[in-house]
Amino acid sequence: MSEDIAYHEYDVLVIGAGGAGLRAAIEAGEAGLKTAVLGKSLLGKAHTVMAEGGVAAALGNVDPQDGWETHFYDTVRSAHFINDYRMAEIHAKESPDRVLELEYWGAVFDRTPEGKIMQRPFGAHTFRRLAHVGDRTGKELIRTLEQKILTLDVDIYQEITATKLFKDQDRIAGCIAYYREDGRLAVFTAKAVVIATGGWGKAYKVTSNSWESTGDGAALAFRAGAELADMEMVQFHPTGMTWPPGVRGILVTEGVRGEGGLLFNSEGERFMEKYDPSRKELSSRDVVARSIYKEVKAGRGTPHGGAWLDITHKGAAFVKRKLPGMYEQFMALADIDITKSRFEVAPTIHYTMGGLRVDPYTGATSVPGLFAAGECAAGLHGANRLGGNSLSDILVFGRRAGAGAMEYAKNSSMPKIDGAEVRAEVERVLAPFTRSEGENPYRLHEEMQEIMASHAGIERNGPELEKGLARLQELRERTVNMRAPGSRQFNPGWHGVFDVQNMALLGEAILRGAIERKESRGAQWRTDFPDELEEQGKVNYVQRLTDHGIEVRPEPVPQMSEELAALFSRGVAPGLANSARKE
Amino acid sequence: MPDEITLSVYRGDKSGGKEVEYKVPIETGMVVLDALHFIQAHDAPDLAVRWNCKAAHCGSCSAEINGSPKLLCKTRVDEYVGEVIHVRPMHSFPVIKDLVTDVSWNYDRLRQVPAFQPAIKAPFTLQQRDVDRIEEFRNCIECFLCQNVCHVLRDHDAKDRYWGPRLMIRIAELEMHPLDTGDRLELLKGAAGVGMCNITKCCTVVCPQGIDITDNGIIPLKERVADVYWDPLGGLVRKLHK
Repeated sequence: MSEDIAYHEYDVLVIGAGGAGLRAAIEAGEAGLKTAVLGKSLLGKAHTVMAEGGVAAALGNVDPQDGWETHFYDTVRSAHFINDYRMAEIHAKESPDRVLELEYWGAVFDRTPEGKIMQRPFGAHTFRRLAHVGDRTGKELIRTLEQKILTLDVDIYQEITATKLFKDQDRIAGCIAYYREDGRLAVFTAKAVVIATGGWGKAYKVTSNSWESTGDGAALAFRAGAELADMEMVQFHPTGMTWPPGVRGILVTEGVRGEGGLLFNSEGERFMEKYDPSRKELSSRDVVARSIYKEVKAGRGTPHGGAWLDITHKGAAFVKRKLPGMYEQFMALADIDITKSRFEVAPTIHYTMGGLRVDPYTGATSVPGLFAAGECAAGLHGANRLGGNSLSDILVFGRRAGAGAMEYAKNSSMPKIDGAEVRAEVERVLAPFTRSEGENPYRLHEEMQEIMASHAGIERNGPELEKGLARLQELRERTVNMRAPGSRQFNPGWHGVFDVQNMALLGEAILRGAIERKESRGAQWRTDFPDELEEQGKVNYVQRLTDHGIEVRPEPVPQMSEELAALFSRGVAPGLANSARKE
Repeated sequence: MPDEITLSVYRGDKSGGKEVEYKVPIETGMVVLDALHFIQAHDAPDLAVRWNCKAAHCGSCSAEINGSPKLLCKTRVDEYVGEVIHVRPMHSFPVIKDLVTDVSWNYDRLRQVPAFQPAIKAPFTLQQRDVDRIEEFRNCIECFLCQNVCHVLRDHDAKDRYWGPRLMIRIAELEMHPLDTGDRLELLKGAAGVGMCNITKCCTVVCPQGIDITDNGIIPLKERVADVYWDPLGGLVRKLHK
C-alpha cells in the first residue's frame, strides 16, 4: 500500500486543543519553541466551552477571608483525602494568578460593585470563590486562550485525530494522526508531547460530555506505557436535564444552586436538608448526586426520574441576568421558562477524576518526554471534584505541563520514529475500509454505554462490576473488527472506530479500578462496601497495560507535611476560625 | 403529531452533490441534529456533520434548514410538522463533505486582528456597565452563521474586501474595552472593510446568541471610522491632542 504521508517535526507537540492543551501550547510557544497543537474539532469548540459556573480561585474579592489554605482545604476534603496534596497546594496557590493572567489577555469577567472580578458561591467551597461570566465561563476561557494563541507562532492543526503514540527506545517520539476532513495521514515527530485530550464521559450514555470526550489521549498514552490512576472515580454531576429524551444528560450548571436554586422531591420535601443539613443544595457533587438517586429509588422521583430544581423565587430579572444560558437552554430545548416554573434534573456523567498519573510539578507521565494535563490527568481531584476546580486545573496544570515539556525538549535531541511501526499503524487505521464484514461502531458504542451504565454507574457492587468486566472484555474483542463503509472524506463512522476502541480500553480500567477499591468513597459508591475505610484511604489504584492485559496495584497516597495536615484538625475551614459562620 | 418525519439532506463534496431523503421516527423534543444522528446510526454512517456540545454553546453545527441559517442542535423538528426538512451546508463557505464546510478563512482573519493591548497590568478595575457592553460581543459562539448570511460574503463573495460581521464583533469587543490601547481603525477602514456593510441586519437576525451585531457593533465602528477619517475638524482636534 503506498500512502502519501506528511511528516512534521516539533519541539513540543500538544495533543488536545481544549483549555489545558491551549494553555500548555501558549507556554511553550511564547518561549519560542517550535510548537504545534492538534485538536479533533475546530479551534475553540473543545469541551471546555461547556463549562458554565466558573473558575475557582481564592482571589478573596467578595470574601476577603478566603485564601489558598481554604481552597486547599476544600479541595482535599472533597477529594476524600486520596488526591495528591502537592497538586492541591499548587492549584490553590496558583489559580488566582492564572485567572488574572486571563484578564490581562482579554477575558472579561462579571464585576463586583467595586469593579473587581465577581465571585459566586458553589458546592462545598467554603467561601464565594468562582470567578465567572454569567453561566458561560468556559466559553470565555477558551475564547481568550484561542485569541491568545492566534497571536503566537504556534501551528494549529484543526480537526485532526491522533491514533497512536510512537516511542524511540523508552522515550516518546511523536504520533500519527488522520485529518478528519479527508483522511490524509500525518506523522508528527516531537521531542516532547503533552496529552490534553480531556475525559471519557462518552463511555456512558447519559452524560453532559460532547462527542469529543472519548479519552483518546489517555488511551494512547496507556498503550504507550504510561500509568493510569484513580480510574474508578467517575463524577456524576447532580443536575443534568431529563426531558425531552434528546437532551437527557445535558448539563444544568451548579450555578443554579449557587445562585439560590432549591431541590425538592415529588412530595415537595427539600430533601437535601436530611442528607447534608449544613450545606444542603451546596453539598459536594457526590453527595447531591447520590441523594437525588436515593430519592428516586425510594419512589419520590419526578415524572422522568429525577428531582425538581426551583429558582423561581429569585425573580425573572435575577435569573436572566445570572443564568442567561440556562434560561435560553430550557426555553429552546424543553419549552420550560425556568423563571416561572421548576424543572426536572437528574444525575449525569460529567467528569473523570482519574487518568494519567503525573508528576505534580511538571505533568510528566511515567514515559520520558510524555506529559499530561487537565481532565485526562489524575491527581488533583481524588474521589470527587469540586465545581469550578476543573477550569482552574486546566490553567494551572496546562501551564505547568507546557513548561515541563519545554524544559524536556530543550535538553533533548529529535527522536526517531521507526518506519515499520508507522506502516503497521497505517494499515491498522485503514483496515476498517477494507473489511467486507465487520462490526458497526455506532452499535458497539451503544452497547458499551449500556454496559458501563448497568455495571459501573452511580451505585456499584462487586458481582455487577465483575459481570460488567466480562461483558466489556467480550465487547473489546469485537472492537478490533469494525467496518467503515464510505470514503476517507469526513467519515464519522470511520472516526468512531478509534473512539470506541479508546473508550472500551478506559472503560475496562474504570471497572478494574472499581473492583479493586472495596469501599465507598466520593464518586465510588459500593453497596457491598458501604463505608469509607481508613486502610483504603491510604492508597490510589494505579494501572499499567502489559502484554497480558491490565495490571492494577495499590500505591500509597502521598502524605502531606504536619503543617498542612494541621489545617484539617481544627474542625473548621481555615479563614472561618474567627468567624461566627458555621461550616 | 406524525410518528416520522422526512429529512432531505445534502450529500456531496466539492465536486458536487444532491439532497437525499431519509425517514426518521420522531421523539418528543427532537432537534434536527438528533435526526441526523439517527440517520448516521441507521442509514448512512458516513454522513458528515459537525457538532460538539449539542446545547447551543459551541457553535459547531451551523447549517441551512429549509433555507434559514440555524444551529442544528437548537432547531426542533416539531417546527416542521407536515413539511420535508431540507438540510444543506452553509452556502458562503466551500463544502468539504455533506454538511461540513471549510470555515478556515474566518480563523485566518481572526489571526490578523491585533490582540488586546491593556494599558495596565491585571487585576483591572472595571465597572459592570462597561463590561456588559463587551460581554454581549464576547458571547459570540463563532458559529459563523452571520458570515454565512451576510450578502457581501454570500452573494458577492467579497471576502477580499470585507471580513464580515463575526470579525466586526471581534474588533468591536477590543475597541470598546475600556483598558485597550490598540488602534484598529485603519484596519477597519482598509482590509477589514467596515464600509462594505450596508446595514441590512441579516446577521443580527440569524445570530443564535441574540447579539445586536449591527446596532451595537458595526454601526459604532462605522461611526468611529467616520469620526477619524471623514470629519476633518474632529480629526484635526484629535491630531493636536496626541
